Amino acid sequence: MQTQTQHQVQDPTMAGQQPILVGRGLVKRYGKVVALDHCDFDLYPGEILAVIGDNGAGKSTLIKAISGAVIPDEGDIFLEGQRIAFRNPTEARDAGIETVYQTLAMSPALSIADNMFMGRELRKPGFMGQWLRQLDRPRMEKFAREKLSELGLMTIQNINQAVETLSGGQRQGVAVARAAAFGSKVIILDEPTAALGVKESRRVLELILDVKSRGIPIILISHNMPHVFEVADRIHVHRLGKRLCVIRPQNHTMSDAVAYMTGARVPDTEFESA
Amino acid sequence: MSGTDNFEAVVKERRTEAVAEFHEDKTLIKRFQHALHVSPALVPLLVLLVSIVLFAGLVGSRFFSAATLTLILQQVQLVGIVAAAQTLVILTAGIDLSVGAIAVLSSVVMGQFAFRYGLPVPLAILCGLGVGTILGYLNGWLVAVMKLPPFIVTLGTWQIILASNFLYSKNETIRAQDIEANAPLLQFFANTFKIGADESGRGGATFTFGVIFMLLLIAVLAYALRSTAWGRHVYAVGDDPDAAQLSGVNVKRTLISVYALSGLICAFAGWALIGRIGSVSPTSGAELNIQSITAVVIGGISLFGGRGSIWGALFGALIVGVFSLGLRLLGVDPQWTFFFIGVLIIVAVAVDQWIRKVAA
Repeated sequence: MQTQTQHQVQDPTMAGQQPILVGRGLVKRYGKVVALDHCDFDLYPGEILAVIGDNGAGKSTLIKAISGAVIPDEGDIFLEGQRIAFRNPTEARDAGIETVYQTLAMSPALSIADNMFMGRELRKPGFMGQWLRQLDRPRMEKFAREKLSELGLMTIQNINQAVETLSGGQRQGVAVARAAAFGSKVIILDEPTAALGVKESRRVLELILDVKSRGIPIILISHNMPHVFEVADRIHVHRLGKRLCVIRPQNHTMSDAVAYMTGARVPDTEFESA
Repeated sequence: MSGTDNFEAVVKERRTEAVAEFHEDKTLIKRFQHALHVSPALVPLLVLLVSIVLFAGLVGSRFFSAATLTLILQQVQLVGIVAAAQTLVILTAGIDLSVGAIAVLSSVVMGQFAFRYGLPVPLAILCGLGVGTILGYLNGWLVAVMKLPPFIVTLGTWQIILASNFLYSKNETIRAQDIEANAPLLQFFANTFKIGADESGRGGATFTFGVIFMLLLIAVLAYALRSTAWGRHVYAVGDDPDAAQLSGVNVKRTLISVYALSGLICAFAGWALIGRIGSVSPTSGAELNIQSITAVVIGGISLFGGRGSIWGALFGALIVGVFSLGLRLLGVDPQWTFFFIGVLIIVAVAVDQWIRKVAA
């Protein structure tokens, strides 16, 4: 990880590289509560950007604004330089931004294949699909199986198994595989290891690095400092509804990061070089 | 912090175990539980077959004949149609208490539009179907957009629709003879055809159009629920609406479509109701609510939504039909029918809870 980042351009804004996803002056209020207070956000191609912050700092709202689950009251979001304004998660997905929510957003009683294609089902060609709107199950199952084994996830016996019969790590794996299969621009992972045991967390972290190696940038929201410091290229510290600073894990200790996000210490600069 | 790292280093080295290993449970009970999880209509089908064999043994050939068995189909046709509508709503974790009221009001609209206003009968029927759909849509709108609990919404619309039904019809019944003479299309579902009857037209299997419609309707809905995106969305919404929304399902539209379709099916049930009783009566169909919910629950469809097969609802309706007719032929007190149906309901819900444990 560290050797890789050392070769990158030594510039706070990573000059020479255009950010793929940009947020500027994002504001979101819930009644009197200001969840996002003129928040800025930058994600660069191919990186893992961790977003950390105390509870109630507005991390989730920021992520929801990017993934279309929440519409910001003010501010702009740009994807590859184009201004975007998602009205719902489906529009964000169509633009290539996939989110793995902490709750995983899967229907427990439905199968792995059904869940992977929920909301973007494939229909059979010809009369059956066009007029009788029949789903193309063989094609969906084949695709689901391919994507899962591509990520080295499993030797699946039954892709039609209900998701509720899977363990926590397996479900997380399916959710990440779904995001990786369809997310062409950005993948957002919300607390992917929060509910998992040590071994399962380890496997999910490897999965995240696998996905990164395909060149897709990842936003990782996590409370787990060892995990964040292990996989992140840069760390966005969120405090009181806005970006406090962006640090590089190799220049700081975990206690620094915790001190920044709790307000115990103030960072020297908002950006820093590698 | 380093302590945590060392702790994790143990697992970091080894990558022998995959995160997701799928292994099947091998014991017979577990397999049975799993089979039920995959095909939840299996239990009601078994219960149905067992109860048919049971009554065939107790009552004899008087019960186990094509005529009697198809008579059961005729007796459950209305409940079967309404239970199909109820199934859709219950799959979304809702409940529709207004099904009976929508059916009756639709039948009254069909009759009154034809007789009071002299509309052509096909047009009057279309109006009745339209009224049913609009009422269902209203339920759906209140549930999906106003976010009111389905139980409360349909408890309210049940009373409103039933009262409107009596106010509008002035509690008048349109007599069967008048309908037969002037608007036979209203009794369309009463048409029958026989298979294997003797020369005098007795015995053999008798199918009314209403029975055929019920079977076709359930087959079409079973296809739609299983093999179309809409059907998958209905299950997903019933399972976990938030998850469905986040995975890109339009929850509001799905819910409204379910309630509107339920209203349309109930209107068809109203049409079939005219065929069944011959006349258009604003006081008919009052028991369809409870009967349809009973059929759905006995059919193994989870009241918590997202689980069950619509075939289960048909089997549930048939089980009730088999018990009612079988016990009547045995000559026992009809209260025993309700007694056993009560037992079946509780058993069905217990089985549903057990099937859910597959998740654990």
